[in-house]
Amino acid sequence: MRFGVVRFPGTCDDFDAQEAAARVGDAELLWHGDKDLRGVDAVIVPGGFSYGDYLRVGAIARFAPVMEEVVEFARAGGPVLGICNGFQVLCEAGLLPGALLPNTGRRFLFRQVDLVVERGDTMFTSQSGGTGTTLSIPVKHTSGRFYAPETDLDAMEAGGQVLLRYAPGQNPNGSLRDIAGVTNEAGNVFGLMPHPEHAVDPLTGSTDGLTIFASMAAGVGAHV
Amino acid sequence: MSEQTVPGVEQAVALGLTRDEYALVIEKLGGREPNEVELAMFSLLWSEHCAYKHSKKLLRTLPTEGPAVFMGPGENAGAVLVGDGGLVCAFKVESHNHPSAVEPFQGAATGVGGILRDIFALGARPIAILDALRFGEPSSERSRYLLDRAVAGIGHYGNSIGVPTIGGEVYFEAPYETNCLVNAMALGLADRSKMIRSAATGVGNPVVLFGASTGRDGIGGASVLASAELGEADDDKRPTVQVGDPFEEKKLLECSLELLEKGLLVSLQDLGAAGLTSSASEMASKGEVGIDIDVAAVPLREADMEPFEIMVSESQERMLCICTPDRVDEVIAITDKWEVHGTVIGSVTDTRAMRIFRGDELVGEMPVEALVDDCPIYDLAPEKPSVPLYPAPAATLAAGTDARRTLLALLASPNVASRLPLFEQYDPVVQSRTVRRPNECDAAVLQLPDGSGLAASIDCNGRRVASDPYRGTIEAALECAANLACAGAKPLGTTNNLNFGNPEKPEIAWQLTEAVRGLGEACRALEAPIVGGNVSLYNQGLDGPIYPTPVVGMVGELPDVTKAGRLGFLREGDAWGLAGWNAMPSLEASELAKLRGEALPDGLPDFDVEHVLKTQEAIRDAVRSGDLSSAHDVAEGGFLVALAECCLAGGIGARFDDGNALADDRSGRPVPDEILFGERPGGFIVSGPREALERLADHTPLDIFGTVGGDALDVAVGDTSFAVPLAELHAAWDGGLRPFFP
Repeated sequence: MRFGVVRFPGTCDDFDAQEAAARVGDAELLWHGDKDLRGVDAVIVPGGFSYGDYLRVGAIARFAPVMEEVVEFARAGGPVLGICNGFQVLCEAGLLPGALLPNTGRRFLFRQVDLVVERGDTMFTSQSGGTGTTLSIPVKHTSGRFYAPETDLDAMEAGGQVLLRYAPGQNPNGSLRDIAGVTNEAGNVFGLMPHPEHAVDPLTGSTDGLTIFASMAAGVGAHV
Repeated sequence: MSEQTVPGVEQAVALGLTRDEYALVIEKLGGREPNEVELAMFSLLWSEHCAYKHSKKLLRTLPTEGPAVFMGPGENAGAVLVGDGGLVCAFKVESHNHPSAVEPFQGAATGVGGILRDIFALGARPIAILDALRFGEPSSERSRYLLDRAVAGIGHYGNSIGVPTIGGEVYFEAPYETNCLVNAMALGLADRSKMIRSAATGVGNPVVLFGASTGRDGIGGASVLASAELGEADDDKRPTVQVGDPFEEKKLLECSLELLEKGLLVSLQDLGAAGLTSSASEMASKGEVGIDIDVAAVPLREADMEPFEIMVSESQERMLCICTPDRVDEVIAITDKWEVHGTVIGSVTDTRAMRIFRGDELVGEMPVEALVDDCPIYDLAPEKPSVPLYPAPAATLAAGTDARRTLLALLASPNVASRLPLFEQYDPVVQSRTVRRPNECDAAVLQLPDGSGLAASIDCNGRRVASDPYRGTIEAALECAANLACAGAKPLGTTNNLNFGNPEKPEIAWQLTEAVRGLGEACRALEAPIVGGNVSLYNQGLDGPIYPTPVVGMVGELPDVTKAGRLGFLREGDAWGLAGWNAMPSLEASELAKLRGEALPDGLPDFDVEHVLKTQEAIRDAVRSGDLSSAHDVAEGGFLVALAECCLAGGIGARFDDGNALADDRSGRPVPDEILFGERPGGFIVSGPREALERLADHTPLDIFGTVGGDALDVAVGDTSFAVPLAELHAAWDGGLRPFFP
């Protein structure tokens, strides 16, 4: 099982994501300028401020050469995980529904929050402890308010695309329906605002985030 | 040299030189007057900010050597050996006070950017930021504006570049109303063998500039802003504040580290205050060589810039490096990969002169030594002020308020209230080293690859330094070491930022002299030598000088990071006690005295430094052994506030079982406020199994007072008895600063 972690200029959590993935498989960095995924089994688009987040968060990164390959990989059913800025990039690239707007508080916010697993039977949550489990994972962002039109939200809910919700009373950014993480319709592309790569070691926080990487490894392992 | 107009002495004075200094410049130039380029360069390098002309003699008295010191003062930052050998921690604190007072967002942001460049200029990856902030009382609209924008600026830069902000401190006092302080400290980690110095060597080697292009921003920052008092109409100075771009710096950082990783560089230096002028001159000075620079080769943002403007521009996010001629192509290729395009702008010479060309035309020529080393150094004329320098703080708490309400008022007061509303605006976890986040431990703790830990703290209580510059500064250094002890760490080295008023005034000179005397003594006693730092003078506005604020930053190490201490109570049923104090604390210059509007005392009570050190050692050893559940040092607000902080951080209550031991033989009589709210170095609240506390009592005075548990702080000391539910404590503490960040 090999993870590829995309590195744009301005990516900050690339090494963190690489180290987290390396706890459950092999992990290497993919350079934004290379149109080559080097045959990895899963792609992670990590957090940070790709291209400085100028213009609009994630708006420039989607045009990076590597993103053409990521889009093709995703359309072919390959597992893709977008964390924070990576979630924003995947939305901009049209791989995920909805958009991420500035927090209602209009400030950058770091906070350890509780998330409720809405579906424990997916390739991103199979190792999370099951539906209804609470995961403690930090958020850190300025633009994390998940938004989509009501009809789209209804469709996402009906299609089982909402995998993570902020626990009651802990929505840090004003996301609609407390949504913290969603998949595409096919279920192979997952974006979330919380940072699971910062919850993989009891020494530095919790280990609840590791379950997401472990789920991906288990899913790919089952396919291979 | 080409024909050029001579600006003359009046222009020199306008740029900050004295008439005597101007005469000396003429002498150093062999009798001729400096032209425009030369005057611009001399006025910057001979400014207080660059030349330390009022502090250099004092700084020479500080201890700078010790077994852990790898790089002392003089380089871009200091560095100490850490871990099991092979690794080095570089660290330094620097101020950006006047830029922040004029334009707080960019001033604070570029303060962070500048200190980070100092760290990676050594070849170290920046791994943490801490900051020390000072504002006027938050009741003032201006202070709230400065606070809001400075915090946003720090967060903007640190969060965007991917360096965690792991700690810091903030105080609110009226004397900072017009002259706020923004000090930023950065830590970096490097492979010892990959570190690089800034000395230029190798005659004929090319000088390469990379990073952002050069514009007119920040011209005169070091001389106009940093080396003079703030006054009216400072809005005019806003163009002298630089604008930061953390994305550009992130690329610059990764590029610099890749250049060093591949072993392509001879030397590396960042461009900070005074831009190219200072960077190139210092590289030449350290390497005992000369440097030629062609300003026509410098990539510009604006086409029509004059040579002097190019030489003194403080445009951010630029680096200067020197490599051998055969490596130039590789160097340029890597800078292109990171889109921080490198350009050869000059070369190393054997002339011992800085020569500035525009194409073929020589537009300035100065001996390096004259520029860098020959600035006159001034003796201070210290004199202890005969009348108080600072008015008494405004009273906000009536005398005679009972202990319960006093405790809640202190917890809600700006200097004690929760810092989380600030810290939530910073990313403390990026890079995955953070073992103790803000408010989990008195010091921030990072893990190193070998399983050991690095702890860092920054502190200074300006009001106490204003009351007694000598003892107040010792207290600041001891406070940092106490924070480290609570983490289980022993100090390795110290950095400092001396923020003072106008040193040409005798009373400020006295504050500075006394503070440096205290700092030197404390760092010797702690065996925590000064490895680098910064001086920021002329911090005064129309309403007088700031409190003297010698900010102390300290880095320490603990052998096993899994044993890092915590400040919050942890376990129901643990015993808790007060360790360390061997004498009654005092209300003088305390937080409570401030709330009551009491004037600053003339001098702080004496205390036994050796005893404090022994206590710190005992606490450190107990934390390292894993014996204790928590350790927290008693600081602003005194004993009861510290106890409440342990409850708040742990989310668990505490009660007194034997409070009369605290009231001593006064049992049954009124308990003096000194016991509950007095301040004095060397006190700690500890918790753990009773036997663990009893073992600690073998090494330092310790009274076990009660038991951890419940959902209230239940106080019973002598005749004072009251309970405060945790929720009420939390509402007071959390509500102190949160309204200022709506």
